[in-house]
Amino acid sequence: MSEFRLRFVKEGRAAWISHLDLLRTFQRVFIRSGMVIRHSQGFHPHPIMSFVLPLSVGQTSVCELLDFSTVEDLPCEGMAERLNPYLPEGVRVLSCAAPVHPVRDMRYLEAEVTLEYDNGVPAGAAGAVTALLLGDQVVVERRNKKKQMVDTDIRPMIESVAAREEEKALVLSVRVQGQNPGVNPALLAAAVGRHLPEMKPDFVRVRRTALLCEDGSPFC
Amino acid sequence: MDQRLERILPRVQKPARYVGGEYNAVVKEKASVDTRVAFCFPDTYEIGMSNLGMRILYQIMNDMEGVWCERVFAPWGDMEAELRQHHIPLYGLESGDSVGDFDVVAFSIGYEMAYPAVLNMLDLSGIPLRAADRGDGLKPLVIAGGTAMYNAEPLADFIDLACIGEGEEELPELLTLYREAKREGWDKPRFLRAAARIQGIYVPSLYDVTYHDDGTVAAITPRDGAPERVRKRIVQDMDKAPFPVKSIVPSTEIVHDRVTLELFRGCIRGCRFCQAGYVYRPVRCRSEKLLAEYGAAACEDSGYQEMTLSSLSTSDYPQLLELCDDLEAYCDSHHVSLSLPSLRADNFSMGLTERLSKGRKAGLTFAPEAGTQRLRDAINKNLTEEDLMESLKRAFSNGWSAVKLYYMLGLPTETDEDIIGIAEMANHVIHCWREYASNKTRGVRITVSTSWFVPKPFTAFQWEPQITREEYERRVQLLREHMTARAVTYNWHDGDTSFLEAVLARGDRRLGRVLETAFRKGAHLDAWQEYFDLSRWYEAFDECGLDPAFYANRERKREEIFPWSVISCGVGDDYLWRERERSRETVTTPDCRTRCSGCGANKMVGGVCRV
Ligand code: SF4
Repeated sequence: MSEFRLRFVKEGRAAWISHLDLLRTFQRVFIRSGMVIRHSQGFHPHPIMSFVLPLSVGQTSVCELLDFSTVEDLPCEGMAERLNPYLPEGVRVLSCAAPVHPVRDMRYLEAEVTLEYDNGVPAGAAGAVTALLLGDQVVVERRNKKKQMVDTDIRPMIESVAAREEEKALVLSVRVQGQNPGVNPALLAAAVGRHLPEMKPDFVRVRRTALLCEDGSPFC
Repeated sequence: MDQRLERILPRVQKPARYVGGEYNAVVKEKASVDTRVAFCFPDTYEIGMSNLGMRILYQIMNDMEGVWCERVFAPWGDMEAELRQHHIPLYGLESGDSVGDFDVVAFSIGYEMAYPAVLNMLDLSGIPLRAADRGDGLKPLVIAGGTAMYNAEPLADFIDLACIGEGEEELPELLTLYREAKREGWDKPRFLRAAARIQGIYVPSLYDVTYHDDGTVAAITPRDGAPERVRKRIVQDMDKAPFPVKSIVPSTEIVHDRVTLELFRGCIRGCRFCQAGYVYRPVRCRSEKLLAEYGAAACEDSGYQEMTLSSLSTSDYPQLLELCDDLEAYCDSHHVSLSLPSLRADNFSMGLTERLSKGRKAGLTFAPEAGTQRLRDAINKNLTEEDLMESLKRAFSNGWSAVKLYYMLGLPTETDEDIIGIAEMANHVIHCWREYASNKTRGVRITVSTSWFVPKPFTAFQWEPQITREEYERRVQLLREHMTARAVTYNWHDGDTSFLEAVLARGDRRLGRVLETAFRKGAHLDAWQEYFDLSRWYEAFDECGLDPAFYANRERKREEIFPWSVISCGVGDDYLWRERERSRETVTTPDCRTRCSGCGANKMVGGVCRV
C-alpha cells in the first residue's frame, strides 16, 4: 500500500467540471491507467480519495491536491507521466509525493482574483478596493448552514490583499483562510460589487495559486 | 475558449456540458481536414451522449481522413437565453467554432418531439430554417438521420436530405461524395441530385407531392432521376460494423453513464405496435466472442465500472448465456457491474437476472403492454400472465419486492375489459407477492404506468386512429377507479405530448409550416415537459389551416398513399396490412426464429435472414 498526494492543474475547459464530477473522473483515470485504488470496507465500498480543498466550478487552479492510496506499493516517480494521458483536457498532473502535512494543517490559500472592467479600470480602484478589503469589516452575503443567505463579515478571514492594475483589469493577489472557517476568494469580488458599486467589475476570474500552512510554508 | 462564452457559463446550470474537452473527444488539426461535420443531437447533452448511435457515427466520421466531426447538443433554456442575449451562435463542442461555418450539419433524430429542437438549433446557428432560403451554395448541407426519419416529411422543408436506415456505410459514402463535390465546386442542387442516387438517401426537394381535396396524398412524384422508392440502408454483417470501444467519457454525469454493448440489431418478435421492431429488421447479431472482447476493452479504455447489454429484446440474443459467462468473469475481477435491461418474463431471463444481480435487488421491469391475453394476442405481444406470474413467484421468493409494469392505453380493439384487466393483473401480482414473498416486512411496491398509444408509420397499426383525448382521459379514469390496491402506484402519461407525437409521426410536409409557426411561438425544447405547451401548437395549426385530428385521429384506408410511401424499410405494406388483419382476428404471428412469416426484410440481407 502507498499513500499519495497528487498536485495538479485545473484550467481551461476543465474549470467547469464540478468537484464531484472531477472525483468521478479521477476514479476512472486510475482505472484507465491500470492503478488499483484502495477502497473503503463495508457494504458500499468506495475508493479512498479526496481533494484537500475542493475548488468552485469556474475557478482555475495551479495547485490542486488529491490524496489517494493504492493497493500496491508504487513509486511516486513517473506518476504524472502515467496518469496524464488519461485525463480530460485542462487537468494535468504536475507532481506526486507522499503527503507531508495532514489536511487539518492546511491554513491559507492564495489566489489571484481578476476584476475585469470592459471600459477600463475605474480611477482609484486599486486603492479603494484594497482599503475596502483591508478595512474594519467586509460584509458579504453568504449561505449559512441552513442554506439561507445571511450577511457575514469575512474580514477576519482575509490575510493580505495586493492590487495591481493591468489592461482593463485589476488583479488582486490575496491570501485568505482556507478552512475552519475558509472563505471563497470570489467573495472578495462580491464585496467590491456590494460596497463599491461604481467599481463593480464586469467579470471576475479566480485562479488559485497556493495552499499554505500556518507559518506560510507550502502545504504539501 | 471564447471569452463571451466564459462569461455566461457561471450563470447556467451544469456548465460542464457546454465546454467539451472530455476524455477521448476528437480534436483534429484544422489544416488537416477539408470537411467539417457538426453532428447535432436535438436534445440535451445528457441525453445525446447516452445515445449509442451518436457514438458509433462520431467514431466512423472521425475515422475518415480529411473529415472532422464535432458534437452539438441542444442548450437548456437558461443557456439558450444567454446565447441569444449575447449573440453567441451555437458551436461545436470540440473546436468552439460556429455551427453555421461547418460543411455539414447532421442531425440525429430519434423521436418526433425533437423536431422543434432541430429548428431551434438551426436558428441558434444562424442558419436559415428553410432549405429553400439557404441558397445554392454547397454548404452548409443540412442532413438528418435516425429512426424518426422513416417519415421525414414534417422536416422536408428544413433539411436538404435524410439518411434512411443505419448510417455506418451510408454516411461515409455521402461524405465522400460531399468532398468530391467540394473539390470540384458543385452547387447544392447538383450535389443533391447525385446524392439521391446513393441507396438510403432521400432528398425531399426532388419529390413533388400533390393532395386530394380531402387532404390525403394524391401522388408523390420524383424528379431529376430521384428513385421511386428510397430503400433503407443496413449493415449486413454486424461483426464488420465498428463498435466504439474508444469512446468519449463525459466529465459530467449523463443519463446512461456506462458502457453499452449492442448485441444485435433488429428484433425477432414482431409486436404490431412497435416501429423499431419493424424498421430495424432483420435481426443481425454480433458474435459472442467479439462482444465479450468489446465489453472488456470498452471498460478498460473508459474506466467505467458499469456495463449494460442493450438491444431491442436482449434475452433473444442466441448466445446470451455464454456471453454473460464471459463478461461476468471479466466484470467480477474488475469490479464492473453488469446489467441486463429489457428482459422477457421467462425462467431463463429470471435466472440470468438473479445471477447478475449479486444480491442487489433493484426493481424488476416488465412490459405486458395490454391487460388481457386477447389484446396481447391482438398486438402480438408474446407475454402470458402465467409467464409473468411464474417469473414474479421466483423473484418474490428470492427477495425482490419492487415491480414496474408498463402498459399502453388506446391500442386498437381495446375495450373496457382490457383496461380493467390491467388493474386485475396488478392485483394478481399482489397476491403472488403475499403468497411467495420470502420477506414480507419490507412490503411490496408495484408501479403501473400507462402511456397513450401512438400509431407509427411502418407498423401494423399505421392505418389506425389514435383514440381521442377525451376517450384517453376516460380510460385513464376508468383504470384509476379500478386500481384500488394500496401497494400499487399508478402513473399515467400526460396526454399532450402523445397527441402531438401522433400528429407528427404520421405527418406530411404541410406540417413544416406548423412546425415553424410553433417554433416562432416558442416551441424549442418540447421533448421536455418543462417547456412543452400544447396551446402553442393548437394556435399554429389554426394559423396554418390544418387540423391535427386529421393526422392523429383518422383511420386510413388500405389504398391510401402515405406521406412516407416513398420510403421502404424492407417490410412491405402488404405484410403490415396482413398483420393488421390478423390483429383484428386476434391471431398471433410467430417470431422469426420459430417461423419466418415472410415480411420481406430478408431481401435486405441477400434473401436469407440469419435469425
Ligand atoms: S423475412 Fe422472415 S425471418 Fe426475415 S425478418 Fe421478415 S419475418 Fe423475420
